[in-house]
Amino acid sequence: MRSIDRTLARDITLVCLAVGLVAVSYGAIAVASGFPLWLPMAQSVLVLAGSSELLFVGLVAAGGNPVAVALAGLLVNARHVPYGLALPPGVTGRGWRRLLGTHVMNDESVVFALGNGAAAYWTCGIGVLIAWPAGAAIGALIGSVVRDTNAFGLDAMFPAVILALILPKLRDRGTLFAALAAAAIALATTPFLPSGAPVLLALVAVAVVLPSRHREEQ
Amino acid sequence: MKNNDLLVAGVLILTAGTYGFRWAGQLLRTRVRFPPRAVELLEVAAVVLLTALVAVTAFTQGHGSAGYARPAGVAVAGLLAWRKAPFIVVVLAAAVTTALLRFVKL
Repeated sequence: MRSIDRTLARDITLVCLAVGLVAVSYGAIAVASGFPLWLPMAQSVLVLAGSSELLFVGLVAAGGNPVAVALAGLLVNARHVPYGLALPPGVTGRGWRRLLGTHVMNDESVVFALGNGAAAYWTCGIGVLIAWPAGAAIGALIGSVVRDTNAFGLDAMFPAVILALILPKLRDRGTLFAALAAAAIALATTPFLPSGAPVLLALVAVAVVLPSRHREEQ
Repeated sequence: MKNNDLLVAGVLILTAGTYGFRWAGQLLRTRVRFPPRAVELLEVAAVVLLTALVAVTAFTQGHGSAGYARPAGVAVAGLLAWRKAPFIVVVLAAAVTTALLRFVKL
């Protein structure tokens, strides 16, 4: 197990701070959109996967069925399967420690594990396990104090947070086209379909990348 | 709000399923090779879902339009994020832009 030098420790700290910041907006938005305080808190500890929690809060607040939305959230979280395949053996620990080591597998900790080994994986994983729930709790408290969230533009923060998170992935042209098609489908069907359904229907836009990628492979 | 039992069920499904995914890859590692193409498609699916969510939450309210202030705020944030501005700047810019536009009643 490689140890962690100063630069690496600083990098991990910065990543955890950024995660905490997203969590603050997540907690505030969740409570401001009418969810009980326990929801962002429980999800932040138990699910510990930001994008899917944001998806859950956004779609259920819009009227989506929580069970159907949870299944969509699982689709977003399915990337953890290839993460587990990619991690070098033993990184998540042995025996009972592996229960925790597996839970702290996330986008950030996997990146650090692949570049810097097990110590970096654990430091980042535990850091996120602290920063994400702590931020969500602070945000939830802020959200329950602010009454008229629209006057402060809080409703614009939610799409802005998600957009900032996915933007790096949109630099890939195929993904960008699929994403634009998805946005068009969701917006066009919003007036007619029950709330929450348009976003799920937009998933068919994945088909946009099927033929183009196939050609590239040949 | 809503049906509390359904909400709890949703959280539990998301929790159990996500933890299951975190185990699955590790357990399968010695037995299967995950095609890189499947990994790629999973990633596109996640981005597609989240982009649709951005569009719906930025432009619509219920079954109608959300007006101009909110999409404008999100657009400013998107532009700043594209130019690689710090995350805090991006998020605050969205809120401030929208709040200001509402204040001047656009």
